[in-house]
Amino acid sequence: MADGTFAVIGGGLVGMAVAWGLASRGRKVTVFDEGDRAFRASRGNFGLVWVQGKGIAMPDYARWSRLSAQHWPGLRDELRDAAGIDIELAQPGGLQMFLDEDEAEQTVAQMQALRTALGGDYPFEYLGHNAVKKLVPEIGPQVVGGIHSPMDGHLNPLYLLRALHKGVRAAGGTVLHGPRVERISSRPGSFEVHRADGTWSADNVVLCAGLGNARLAPMVGLDAPVVPNRGQVIITERVRPFLNMPTVHVRQVGEGAVQIGDSKEDVGLDDSTRGDVLAAIARRATRYFPLLEGVRVVRTWGALRVMSPDGHPIYDRSTACPGASLVTCHSGVTLAAAHARVVAGWICGEQAPGYMEVFGAQRFALQAAG
Amino acid sequence: MRNVSHFRRLDDAAGGKVTLTFDGEAIEARAGDTVAAAMLSAGFVAGRETPVSGSPRGPYCLMGACFECLVEIDGEPNRQACMTEVRDGMSVRRMHGARAFG
Repeated sequence: MADGTFAVIGGGLVGMAVAWGLASRGRKVTVFDEGDRAFRASRGNFGLVWVQGKGIAMPDYARWSRLSAQHWPGLRDELRDAAGIDIELAQPGGLQMFLDEDEAEQTVAQMQALRTALGGDYPFEYLGHNAVKKLVPEIGPQVVGGIHSPMDGHLNPLYLLRALHKGVRAAGGTVLHGPRVERISSRPGSFEVHRADGTWSADNVVLCAGLGNARLAPMVGLDAPVVPNRGQVIITERVRPFLNMPTVHVRQVGEGAVQIGDSKEDVGLDDSTRGDVLAAIARRATRYFPLLEGVRVVRTWGALRVMSPDGHPIYDRSTACPGASLVTCHSGVTLAAAHARVVAGWICGEQAPGYMEVFGAQRFALQAAG
Repeated sequence: MRNVSHFRRLDDAAGGKVTLTFDGEAIEARAGDTVAAAMLSAGFVAGRETPVSGSPRGPYCLMGACFECLVEIDGEPNRQACMTEVRDGMSVRRMHGARAFG
């Protein structure tokens, strides 16, 4: 199993990370990419490599996110060597700030419970206003405190997408931009990928099509119950460096612009923006950092998260159609390192962490029954 | 520094005269001009240095898209010269380095 050629469906961060992992293992890979007319979460995300707070309800997801964060410097180096692109990875730790004492208390309690579930190995610290101010002097008086964790960081997600595309090509992979994949048919030992512009054969197929996975998965005996959730994001003009680490809602990018997120809206396949939502996002950011008042907004956009019923990733290999697998998640940036360095190997039959199995889609049936 | 301007006014362009200053130097424009048009016709091509590499930048797309023409106008940094209309007595200044706050 998992010898021969691979068709990766989806050319976003998930598909390209898996494709890079396969291609750098010497596998022959063809990526089918719908292009920028797709709902491209990879072009609209926030760029965090984030660990703290993830997996409150599923400690293995916390382990997994952290494992990916630990793999990031390695992937950064691989991409710099293969593609000559610096993805601006920085992992100086990250800050989750609070404007409300109760919310702070509740979150700290959840993270302490997670730390216990993980056997104590889960570094973070709750800091009061003054201690946060020592770390990030520009916070406003309304910030009551924050959680700092050395596990967190950020990068430039557009450079990352470009580096993966360049790297995959440099490693001998092919990326076919064009119409969406309409259908995947399977016969024992091989698959056919059908698009309006042709049909391609492959020995293996990996579904990394984001929201498109819901439609494609049943064709190869898999299940991907993912739905969209919209987030809106603001980019400001470039300003002098004032923020030396990412926070959950505000980060300063390499060139000086400030990226501000985000909203969580269930609005279906609608990636437009709304003035009232953006205003609320901007208002919250100025409570964290009053110096942002008067800083000009230069761009805003909406993008669709790819959400499973519990918000955690789905990794699955088809038993009905051996050779077909599924990789889908919301955190395509954070998890790209794990996708390239661990999941690609798992697809090829390499040893992977034992807890990989908990990310199978059968958990949703169990959750529904339980 | 002022360059020889390659921008020429059309004779039929209407509008009264307006005087503004560029880095303290008085320059003339026509009512209805953008700050970018006034700068270019007076021979000022660069309005700032980019905070990323330090190289000079000036009006380019002239339609609000490229954000290359940023200047300080009446004390407010990072304003788009191509999207701002001149006003009599307006003070336009070049910017050096990234904008500060406040």
